Amino acid sequence: MDNTLEDKQRKYMNPYLAGFLLGLTIIFAFYFTGRGLGASGAVKSVVVATVDAVAHDHAMNSEFYAPYASKEESPLRAWLVFEVIGVMIGALISGILAGRLKLKIEHSPKITSKTRLLMATLGGILFGVGSQLGRGCTSGAALSGMATLSTAGFLSMIGIFGTGYVFAYFFRKFWI
Amino acid sequence: MGPLIPNEIIDVNWNFLIALIVGIGFGFILERAGFSSSRKLAGVFYGYDFVVLRVFFTAAVTAAIGLYYFSYFEWIDLSIIYINPLYLKSNLIGGAIMGLGFIIGGFCPGTGVCAAMIGKIDAMVFLGGIFIGIFIFGETYELLWQKIHMDTFLGAPLVFDSLGITSGLFILGLTAAALLAFYVTAKIVKKVKPVDY
Repeated sequence: MDNTLEDKQRKYMNPYLAGFLLGLTIIFAFYFTGRGLGASGAVKSVVVATVDAVAHDHAMNSEFYAPYASKEESPLRAWLVFEVIGVMIGALISGILAGRLKLKIEHSPKITSKTRLLMATLGGILFGVGSQLGRGCTSGAALSGMATLSTAGFLSMIGIFGTGYVFAYFFRKFWI
Repeated sequence: MGPLIPNEIIDVNWNFLIALIVGIGFGFILERAGFSSSRKLAGVFYGYDFVVLRVFFTAAVTAAIGLYYFSYFEWIDLSIIYINPLYLKSNLIGGAIMGLGFIIGGFCPGTGVCAAMIGKIDAMVFLGGIFIGIFIFGETYELLWQKIHMDTFLGAPLVFDSLGITSGLFILGLTAAALLAFYVTAKIVKKVKPVDY
């Protein structure tokens, strides 16, 4: 391990300490609001608000958009939207403190930046579809779901990571 | 007794401010732990970096122990917190689609947000992909997804009830499984060829 890599690793928090603090954050969220963390729900709010703004009638005719678009207030006035704005602020503060702020496309030396961007888009699309079908993503369905010991949370975790392991072999050249 | 806002001990107007504070903590910890690097995250699937498993498992165990102690001391009423509903088919199929998205895209939505904020262009593109994915899902909902989305609804069961054991025994088992996983993965990391990222 060369010095630069060591420096980089030192700037990361101990994973067990990070996990403990994240656990406390989850307890805090449930104790105050009765609900846990999330991420994909905020993007869903943005999608619903966009569709509603561009084609209101279309949104009202859809069983997917209508429950959110039909409300008096904007779909963006949602708990998860504020929470994700917080995530942005928190990540930015951490990035500044660690000196990690840098425009960059991170990828394995075996693939090009273009391939990486293509894969990131495709992965994002799959996550978008999967999070809607599975009622939440890694944070809302799996992590917060496991914290409350919900059966659904454990099945989401098994679904996400189990499938990741099943397909890891086929995508190894993109990562290692 | 908590949860404070649903029990009207704190005014509901605080809800969004608390959401913001929770988010700041969440984002800071994720970035601090290295979740803003897709190659660090992907390490969990190839055995060269288990930060995802360590943080994720520690957080889940800490939160579960904490919430059940809070309940034991009657500080929180667990019967009115949000419990994820179980729709067996969509839960597993949705999870599988996300798992494929994870190994291809390298992020999940929360980590993607963190990485985009510190300048990872691949993460910004990933977030754009999520937007497109949700839009595709919304536009094809009735045609392709609605039936399976609503199928096999089993209420909102708790995992220890599903397994027929007590909550305490389950949490003990989960903690033991976490410790075993930490031990085994620490051994694996030493054997796997290091990856420079």
